[in-house]
Amino acid sequence: MSRLPSYLSLPERIWHYMFWIICFLVLFFLVFPLLVITPLSFNAVPFFTFTKEMLAFEPEGYSLVWYKEFFTSLNWQGAVKNSIIIAFFATIISTFLGTLAALGLSREHMPFRTLIMSLLISPMIVPLIISAAGMFFFYSRIGLQGTHLGVILAHAVLGTPFVVITVTATLTGFDNNLIRASQSLGASPTKTFFKVVVPLITPGVISGALFAFVTSFDEVVVVLFVGSYKQRTIPWQMFSGIREQISPTILAAATLLILITISLLTTLELLRRRTERLRGVSPS
Amino acid sequence: MEQSPDKNILVTADGIPLKTSLARAQRRSKFVAFMMVFPLLFFIMIGFIVPIVDMLFLSIDNSIVNRILPNTVESLKNWDPYANELPDEAVYASMVDDIKKAKKAREHTKIGTRLNYESSGFASLFRKAGRKVQKIDKPPYKEALIKTDKRWADIYTWQVIKQNSSDLTDGYYLAAFDFTRKFTNGKVEPLPEKDSIYIKLFFRTLLLSTLITFLTFVIGFPVSYMLANVPTRISNILIIFVLLPFWTSLLVRTTSWIALLQQEGVINDFLILIGIISEDGRLAMIHNATGTVIAMTHILLPFMILPLFSVMKTIPKSYLRAAISLGAHPWVAFWRIYFPNTGPGIGAGSILVFILAIGYYITPALVGGSSGTFISNRIAYHISNSLNWGLGSSIGVILLVIVLFLFILYDRIIGIKNMKLG
Repeated sequence: MSRLPSYLSLPERIWHYMFWIICFLVLFFLVFPLLVITPLSFNAVPFFTFTKEMLAFEPEGYSLVWYKEFFTSLNWQGAVKNSIIIAFFATIISTFLGTLAALGLSREHMPFRTLIMSLLISPMIVPLIISAAGMFFFYSRIGLQGTHLGVILAHAVLGTPFVVITVTATLTGFDNNLIRASQSLGASPTKTFFKVVVPLITPGVISGALFAFVTSFDEVVVVLFVGSYKQRTIPWQMFSGIREQISPTILAAATLLILITISLLTTLELLRRRTERLRGVSPS
Repeated sequence: MEQSPDKNILVTADGIPLKTSLARAQRRSKFVAFMMVFPLLFFIMIGFIVPIVDMLFLSIDNSIVNRILPNTVESLKNWDPYANELPDEAVYASMVDDIKKAKKAREHTKIGTRLNYESSGFASLFRKAGRKVQKIDKPPYKEALIKTDKRWADIYTWQVIKQNSSDLTDGYYLAAFDFTRKFTNGKVEPLPEKDSIYIKLFFRTLLLSTLITFLTFVIGFPVSYMLANVPTRISNILIIFVLLPFWTSLLVRTTSWIALLQQEGVINDFLILIGIISEDGRLAMIHNATGTVIAMTHILLPFMILPLFSVMKTIPKSYLRAAISLGAHPWVAFWRIYFPNTGPGIGAGSILVFILAIGYYITPALVGGSSGTFISNRIAYHISNSLNWGLGSSIGVILLVIVLFLFILYDRIIGIKNMKLG
């Protein structure tokens, strides 16, 4: 917060402080729900609310029982396993296909670039409920509904636009002279690709892959329709948990997901700084 | 460069004209580029575009009657449904025949289920006919079929079948707009007020989405302004407050709002603690439209702040200073100089939030109750509860058309290439 210039009138000063109060209230509104959910997950009783013991900071008010439930119950453990399997394979498919396509799209002589680009990112634009409905109707007819493969393919479709966009963005700052230099010095196209192109686009590929992973890991609408109980993921389990029996195990799962989010966000930020450093721009 | 026809054509070392050689190289380059994009294009086509197009067909497909009752449909061709006369013996004979075959293929209940969406009672009618039709082996079929259920003597039954005997139908779209085609005279009429739900639901979805967009704008604008005008060192830290919820699982945020807003929840407890409301006066902030609006405003707020912030960062601070130094009151300077420059950001943020809001499913389903659900909840209902896939598809297609229209608008204003991922 910068120091106020001395020539400001009283109403201007009041407005200045009001403005900052408004801004902090909004920032508070943004993170407050995430801050509340964490202590609630240590609740000793099966409610979504602070008990008197909790407010008095008495140890009896807190417990790890919901975390124990999360790590031991068959429902949740199956969900964790499915989430990881589905997100892992979906990420591999979308990263591989997306990176290849982004490399193609960034070449000088790509025909129908705009049309193809808009087709490729369409899964990001169409509301999830519509994608989920379309995939449900189609996948149930070809026998993919209620299979791991079906959910993996559906999530790969949803993840590719992120990979295409991030890798294309990395390639916009790409200096094609580097390729020419490498080839003029006698490197084969393959060698050029692995020694020059790959190291430069890796940050873009990794952040694209992270986006794809998070998309699959968080996604619930498509998995609700294309999947079934056998394909239940963590969000699936949370959704049905909220609808059926509310238990703070959901809050424990939510807290763990927030931790994962924070670590992913940190990774992305580090990657962004690396890209900028490689491009010779100092991180701001 | 001007070249005379024969000897002055530029050639490469191996004697091929340069122009040809270049064209060949470019063709190869084009081909390579396309082959790199092709796997993904193919994948998206099969995994995404085909299902969407398939849904489009599903919303107009009505081939089931024609497929299961082919002979009946054929014999009904000469029957005038509005002449107030039952079909003749031939039609009944083909119906008995069709039901026998359908029974063998175990499909007679399917046709009943399909026609039940048009008019209730058909499911039981066909189930009954399937049970009794085996005993009918000689004419007169008319009397025999009517003996299984007297509804077969009702002209209305035949009018329903006749109206659904073509392979394509606009019936699902009529239903999605609360219209119906009267079986008795074939005229399209609006449904009575008490039965019409879809127009109301579309209207509510648009209204609440507009409200949510407006709220995210009002709340998001000051924060974006602040983030864009503090030193980068500080804004890098403060933007975490925006990015953290942006990246947190949607279900986590919805769950938090349930914990906060419910009757026995944190906010109600707090208000009682400080004495604003009494124990009996707990506010109903969830399972209604209020819950949907609060939770979705919070969830979509980052989508407003991030584009606003990135546009505001590009507006030079000297503009405002120049206006003020030329004598404009700070408010006037802000309103006439700064605000118009944020236009693209407001446009991008608003359309983005609005597009996301009208297709939202999870949050309205969990916190919306009955007054806060959206049109997407109706699609889900038709997929998994009523199993009326045709109607579900037609609502989906209408929603898709609205979203695509908005997206084209977005593309016109901001350009698809400027899409940022925060």
